[in-house]
Amino acid sequence: MRKEILKMLENNSRIDLHDLAIMMGTDETRVYQEIEKMEKEGIICGYPTLINWDKTGEEKVTALIEVRVTPQRGQGFEKLAERITNYPEVRSVYLMSGAFDFAVFLEGKTLKEVSMFVTSKLSTLDAITSTSTHFVLKKYKDYGIIMLDKPKSSRMKVTL
Amino acid sequence: MRNPLSDTVVQLKPSGIRKFFDVVQEMPDAISLGVGEPDFDTPWHIREEGIYSLERGRTFYTSNAGLMELRQAIARYTYRKCNISYDPKKEILVTVGGSEGIDVALRAMLNPGDEVIIPEPSYVSYVPCVALTGGVPVTIPLQEKNRFKLTEEELLGAITDKTKILVLTFPNNPTGAIMTKEDLEPIARIVREKDLYVISDEIYAELTYGVDHCSIATFPGLRERTIVINGFSKAFAMTGWRLGYAMGPEVILKQMTKIHQYCIMAAPTTSQYAAVEAMNNGEEDVQEMRNAYNHRRRYLVERFKQIGLKCFEPEGAFYIFPSIQEFGMTSEEFATRFLREEKVAVVPGTAFGECGEGFLRVSYAYSLDELKIALGRLERFIDRLRSEKF
Repeated sequence: MRKEILKMLENNSRIDLHDLAIMMGTDETRVYQEIEKMEKEGIICGYPTLINWDKTGEEKVTALIEVRVTPQRGQGFEKLAERITNYPEVRSVYLMSGAFDFAVFLEGKTLKEVSMFVTSKLSTLDAITSTSTHFVLKKYKDYGIIMLDKPKSSRMKVTL
Repeated sequence: MRNPLSDTVVQLKPSGIRKFFDVVQEMPDAISLGVGEPDFDTPWHIREEGIYSLERGRTFYTSNAGLMELRQAIARYTYRKCNISYDPKKEILVTVGGSEGIDVALRAMLNPGDEVIIPEPSYVSYVPCVALTGGVPVTIPLQEKNRFKLTEEELLGAITDKTKILVLTFPNNPTGAIMTKEDLEPIARIVREKDLYVISDEIYAELTYGVDHCSIATFPGLRERTIVINGFSKAFAMTGWRLGYAMGPEVILKQMTKIHQYCIMAAPTTSQYAAVEAMNNGEEDVQEMRNAYNHRRRYLVERFKQIGLKCFEPEGAFYIFPSIQEFGMTSEEFATRFLREEKVAVVPGTAFGECGEGFLRVSYAYSLDELKIALGRLERFIDRLRSEKF
């Protein structure tokens, strides 16, 4: 049941719990309790909204920063990762396999703001050996959702 | 000038609800629960195989019976799903949709005057296809009290010396009824005893909720008597690709392939390559779509209960078939008024045979949001009808 709830919420976190319960063939209280438990256990971490900022007047710049680090004795990557996550302008931090160690997604108002952050805050951290910044030009798909305008369905109204 | 037309064709009844369809066409802003095809796009990896086949220049005819690679994939899939083996060389024919399979099977098996038993409500093509061969369609009106399953008594009552074929269409469009192994047991026995053949249209086989689909071909002695019709349209959301298949004993398939060769040549090549991918790697997509339909099905059943509209719980396909008898209107009157007053299209039950009178076919191949809006309007409409009455 958990897996099914999670899949439904992942698609639509605003789904009516009453409807969700009907669709799963169970009752609302059970769904509600299960969700509450998963929130407490940190399985469900939040319910943010996916926004296509390009369509608003808002100026926003997103960058992917490849970060190479020297793991610190006794604490590996964890301590540094935690430090990086604390900056509010950092949207995501992933530990990666391959040519670099952390993938950091940053969001800022302007190019300058992002580069300032990288040069003055990120690359000055002790364990960081190098960074490489890539600016996002356009988002086509994010979190599994296609951002492009979808052509209208060509399905006919009535077929037998 | 001589009459250019065939008497048989002229005598074919046009669809009984032509008028209703015309009204729908006039209302571009109407929303609809009237569609008989999935709302999902064909899964991307399947579409991509079709595109790839074009890029590679695979634009020639395939062999008449279809790509061997596809027939082998169909044989494996059928064995996996139904535990029944068909020889891809001699017992499988790839057709232009399940519809062609139905037509070709009837034409290969019927002599003039042979009777074909067709339980209704059912999809609309069986009766005219039988008539075109010079066969005689004999319909059985299935009963809601039997959950629209075919019973032993109903079948026995329809059999005469001339009966040759029984058409089975489960999971059923429009009722959503299914026939389980237990339901089919007595039917299979009668088919053997009365020396009949079966055309089993199993196009919705992947869409059952609860019990897995059971094919009548799996019963002892029935494999030699059954043509199974299936296809890619419903299970893999591939209606526009026009691809289906027929499976059965070589003696019948050989003749079916002959007809197919003369009037079709071969099914579309691009679609066949895409279908290989669907057969081999489409399992997860089917599972996901089935889950989504099941969610909507539960939602609709619950909503109909709230609205107080009588209907049995469908167990297959993506339709629900509520009764509107309490309102004292014909299905067409109800559907037309609902369309005009609330701008929602549903299909009158009579589109699927006279015994569909008093019912509506409501499709749930729609997103939850669309269903919610449409059901809200249905509720409002029904409240209005009830207040008019009292």
